[in-house]
Amino acid sequence: MFASLVLVLLIAAIAWIGASVGLAPLFGVVLPYAAVLVFIGGMIWRMTYWAKSPVPFCIPTTGGQEQSLDFIKQAKIDCPSTTWGVVKRMFTEVFLFRSLFRNTSAEIVENDPVNKGPRLIYYSSLWLWAFALIFHYSVLVIFIRHFRFFMEPVPAPITWVETIDGIMQVGSPRFYWTGGLALVALLFLLARRVWNYRLRYISLANDYFPLWLLLGIVCSGLCLRYFDKTEISQVKIYLMGLTHFAPVSAAGINGLFFIHLTLVCVLLMYFPFSKLAHMPGVFFSPTRNMANNSRRIRHINPWNPPKQYFTYPEYEDAYRDAMAEAGLPLEKQPEKAAE
Amino acid sequence: MAKLPTPQMLVASRPAFPDKDWFDTKPDFIPGSYCYPAKMETMEMLHMPHPHEWDPTAENWNLPEDWEKILCDAFADRLEKHRSLKLFMDICVRCGACADKCHFFLGTNDPKNMPVLRAELLRSLYRRDHTMLGKLLGKRVGARGWDMHVVKELFYYAYQCTECRRCSLFCPYGIDTAEITMIVRELLHEVGLGLHWIMDPVKNCSFTGNHLGIQPHSYVEIVEMLADDCETVTGIRPKTPFNKKNAEILFITPSGDVFAEPGIYTFMGYLLLFHELDLDYTFSTYASEGGNFGSFVSFNMAKKLNAKMYAEAERLNVKWLLGGECGHMWRVINQYMDTYNGPAPANMEVPVSPITGTVFDVAKSTKMIHIAEFTADLIRHNKLKLDPRRNANLVTTWHDSCNPARGMGLLDEPRYVLKHVCDNFVEMPENTIREQTFCCGAGSGLNTEEIMELRMRSGMPRGNALRYVQQKYGVNHMACVCAIDRATLPPLADYWAPGCTISGLHELVGNALVMKGEAKRTMNLRQEDLPEEALDEEAPADGNAESQGEGR
Repeated sequence: MFASLVLVLLIAAIAWIGASVGLAPLFGVVLPYAAVLVFIGGMIWRMTYWAKSPVPFCIPTTGGQEQSLDFIKQAKIDCPSTTWGVVKRMFTEVFLFRSLFRNTSAEIVENDPVNKGPRLIYYSSLWLWAFALIFHYSVLVIFIRHFRFFMEPVPAPITWVETIDGIMQVGSPRFYWTGGLALVALLFLLARRVWNYRLRYISLANDYFPLWLLLGIVCSGLCLRYFDKTEISQVKIYLMGLTHFAPVSAAGINGLFFIHLTLVCVLLMYFPFSKLAHMPGVFFSPTRNMANNSRRIRHINPWNPPKQYFTYPEYEDAYRDAMAEAGLPLEKQPEKAAE
Repeated sequence: MAKLPTPQMLVASRPAFPDKDWFDTKPDFIPGSYCYPAKMETMEMLHMPHPHEWDPTAENWNLPEDWEKILCDAFADRLEKHRSLKLFMDICVRCGACADKCHFFLGTNDPKNMPVLRAELLRSLYRRDHTMLGKLLGKRVGARGWDMHVVKELFYYAYQCTECRRCSLFCPYGIDTAEITMIVRELLHEVGLGLHWIMDPVKNCSFTGNHLGIQPHSYVEIVEMLADDCETVTGIRPKTPFNKKNAEILFITPSGDVFAEPGIYTFMGYLLLFHELDLDYTFSTYASEGGNFGSFVSFNMAKKLNAKMYAEAERLNVKWLLGGECGHMWRVINQYMDTYNGPAPANMEVPVSPITGTVFDVAKSTKMIHIAEFTADLIRHNKLKLDPRRNANLVTTWHDSCNPARGMGLLDEPRYVLKHVCDNFVEMPENTIREQTFCCGAGSGLNTEEIMELRMRSGMPRGNALRYVQQKYGVNHMACVCAIDRATLPPLADYWAPGCTISGLHELVGNALVMKGEAKRTMNLRQEDLPEEALDEEAPADGNAESQGEGR
């Protein structure tokens, strides 16, 4: 856990020092271009890597009643039998984290009065679902909002998003809810990893690093907006330069900005090669993205090996006399087979 | 069988998490924690790779010399074959939502029984050989290489997972530990590691047609005996058609049901039902196994054992297949059969109930339907005369078997039937039924005696839920549609909820079924006295209480 924190701080320090000793073009121009290339290339590579392996069997996890007799009600979302049903299931999965919404926590009471002995009780446990949802949606909104730095004129939808995000109209510059919520959600996810003994036991550097990295990005971003305020118009000119492949001088831009930018670049480069690949990955998941229709429509396995089995003639050869004695019908009568 | 601790002791004795990192802990192969290895001769007969003698408690497992290369290559091969495997290796975020969803974890509190960590055992190997960061940074990013302890660990935990898929329901990305366990078991078989309790039935099924190795003439004899028992109870001796060509339907059920209590009573229920309907059907002694222990070994072995169904359907020239009550059998039939061995032979047709005319379009391609679907449809069309008073001694609950629940979605069909043959029905708590159902604790080939305490642990969530409804609502019976359940739940119920009996669905149907020309029944299929209210001369009101049967 601490190693990951140190690593993130180190990256930030390098960016800070680099920018202040005149390496701004490296951190502000070369790195962002490289990061975007690595991200796009990496994502394509990762998805191709998955797609190259076939899905040999139709293995949806059925989460409810199958399509059946007409008087039995099908769970059309949790146990879809059509593509449209799968689309609905995937939508609730991706946009509402439906599976996580089922989450329960199991507790054992050693001496329960009803059971007169041990009893397992299941409580709905929605904390993870709630904070995961808050985090992902906040990041989505923050991501959309940032397009104001890359586009001129700023498209109306982005302005709407900003208006809604800052609807409480507190602070100057106006406080965006998503920034704060993303921070809170990240802290929750981190705290959960640290204080829940089960999670602590399974957590790897691979789990802490992205959390610290995202915390670094969110904190530096919040600072840039509310505390160590950077010259926004200058940043925009600078970023527009990047997006139009005509980089301009970064002179005068706050050093913190380079920390923010560098951490984002590291995130982009880390993304395709880590667990963060769950973002495209969830769409590939065969237990979720397949219809439960394998009795109705044959699913093909491209590497289906040839059939090899103990055939009926072999079976009859092995047991012919006993079968005849038991009066079972035979393909070949014993006397014929003996010839 | 070793003496079991009391339920209280069992719960209290679950150890805390170890202080050491999971990379540094090793499983302890003490008796009761592992199943006996497969016999060399069995493995040879089945042409499994590298058959050898070995002992799980020994330091040396006598693996082939180049075992590491074999395993690495096999793993790479499986990654090429299964997108699911690549994906499940890559996208887990270790959010921990799966942890307390696993019955093995709840019962043992062993951290490596958390589905996430069970998968990490393999994922750590994947990282070293198949990811850039893992190659560069090794252990710091959770990567490790193969060594003998890793193999032992994989073996230990791949056989403490019943492939029930409960974790996969709760995983935000649908990561399915069953898929990982199935593949780990495949890998272990590449170096000759397998279980006796699984491989022996596989061998039997391969060469005699069923797991128990019942030869054709004995199979006939046993079924005839059960038909005799039916006659004792009902005064009617049901037909027992075998290997009959040109029958309309080939009926296939797990062989456990012709062999062991309480499955045999379910089998008697089938016989009575089919006789009453005058169904044109046949059993096959060659395809006399519905279950598929091959599916606990490898995809290919599952395919091999399953192939007999279509082969026999073709030889006997039947129109469609009817499948009995079984759990993993239906995972295979619903999700694998058509892919493995389809398309169905040309002589087969889309299943149509000869009694009601219902066309089972859901099984248009496989041409195989579940008996719960078949019977529910009969009841819906009022084709059966049922007297639920004959089951009035039972306050029953329903155990959804994992495979039909999460690998098919068969939930309300059996409930519909159950509610029409038994008046007293109570559901277990909602987090333990339907798609959230808990395994009996011994599925996927772990229903062996030598791990009885472990089974009581892994079966704790199920046993505990049963106890809850027993204590609170006076439940004294649990019905299910799974042959493994019928073998594993009786000891589980005896342990967690003594006094609760277990049966299949069609045992209760057989009890309630009022047959044309039957003698006055005084006994149920177990030849126990019927409850008083059933002896009443008054015939039950005709028709069915529709209000009860509408499902949820």
